[in-house]
Amino acid sequence: MSQPTIKEVLLNPIFNNNPIGLQILGICSALAVTSNLKTALVMSIALTLVTGFSNLFISMIRSQIPSSIRMIVQMVIIASLVIVVDQVLKAYAFSLSKQLSVFVGLIITNCIVMGRAEAFAMQNPPVLSFFDGIGNGLGYSAFLVALGIIRELFGAGKLMGYEIIPVVNDGGWYQPNGMLLLPPSAFFLIGLFIWAIRSWKKDQLEKPSFKMASQVSNKEAY
Amino acid sequence: MSSQKESTVRTLVVALLVCLVCSVFVAGAAIALKPTQVENRQLDKQRSILAIAGLGQPNMTGAQVKAMFSGTITAKLVDLETGTFSDAKDPMTFDPLKAAKDPKLSSALSSDDDIASIKRLERYTTVYVVEKDGQMDTLIMPVRGYGLWSTLYGFIAIKGDLNTVAGMGFYQHAETPGLGGEVDNPKWKDQWVGKTLFDDNGKLAVAVVKGGVDPKSPKAEHQVDALAGATLTSKGVDNLLNFWLGQNGFGPFIANLRAGEA
Repeated sequence: MSQPTIKEVLLNPIFNNNPIGLQILGICSALAVTSNLKTALVMSIALTLVTGFSNLFISMIRSQIPSSIRMIVQMVIIASLVIVVDQVLKAYAFSLSKQLSVFVGLIITNCIVMGRAEAFAMQNPPVLSFFDGIGNGLGYSAFLVALGIIRELFGAGKLMGYEIIPVVNDGGWYQPNGMLLLPPSAFFLIGLFIWAIRSWKKDQLEKPSFKMASQVSNKEAY
Repeated sequence: MSSQKESTVRTLVVALLVCLVCSVFVAGAAIALKPTQVENRQLDKQRSILAIAGLGQPNMTGAQVKAMFSGTITAKLVDLETGTFSDAKDPMTFDPLKAAKDPKLSSALSSDDDIASIKRLERYTTVYVVEKDGQMDTLIMPVRGYGLWSTLYGFIAIKGDLNTVAGMGFYQHAETPGLGGEVDNPKWKDQWVGKTLFDDNGKLAVAVVKGGVDPKSPKAEHQVDALAGATLTSKGVDNLLNFWLGQNGFGPFIANLRAGEA
């Protein structure tokens, strides 16, 4: 296997190998924090940093980690980083950290972080791993920001808290779609995004894992 | 090489080292950032007191909040046992929540009295008063009680008639986001404004009701809709208001104030 370049690991996850779009990881937080753009952005930055640095540190000590406890070692490193991020947010972005509440803490269990640590950082040198983490974080961010924009713009008529479309309640003309502010709407949107990406990049289509029988034969029916 | 890497001693050493480094890192960050966090929390509390009293704008900067708070609001100490103002402690530095854990400054509640599930009640607590022309304009009282997952900490503000609610809200809780967490929803909080606490006979009548308030009912002026999908949080809010405005809480204090004896 040839060594991937930094550019590849940084840019591939954004469209070609998107952690949400192709790997279908990290959906839970993508539903929860995207009802407005601001929290989506903060969550994106937090996750990108955590993925990048956890990959860096894990890759630095990868040859020292005994395989029997490698998962736990990865968890400890990820958890420490997440706690530090949470503390920093509490100190410098208090109201945002209140809105994000448990979801910052839940980065620990975000499959993307653990997945990259196990699949990439354990086999690759530190700098490359760091950029792989950042790249995957950016892929996640791209989805979150897109969701955040659509949900906040059409759900509340605002972006980053500033009014863009005047809504009916404040004397405007736009009747906001309240459903977009609820988590299930992100499911539909993610589904539509995945459809769009896969129609554009046909190689991402999955082969059907089984073929449905057309009819039950007579013999089986009795 | 690989057998050496997998030995038990090696595994233990690596685990210990990783834990050590990580704990130093986390502890260092927590200690270094603590002063800023404490200040943030205090600012947040002041901000919510102002918001609940209906003063100030939501987008004020930290300095504006501080200036406005010290300009308009006076903290006063209340003795919950006698229901009068007291000067046994300095209200600026006194921490009622810490006092509730101190056996000398608090007492355990019997399970019959403890409807808000707070276990211990402090003897002294701090209330915040907004005065206009020498008259009490708004009285802001701290309340707390258990919801579904967590203790909700908040304030209820009443107007100078000691009956009409000027605002209610919580500054700290850990209820389910989207369900019980909707106690922070501005629309829900707005429902409280203008409700009255006591009925014509002076009995405590404020309540959170399930299934919507019937506007025609004579009780409607005391009632607020429960939160959808959050029965236990709503019940908790109902309980904590009944506790704090009742005989063990601020009940005697409000009665004294009304009689002009506080």
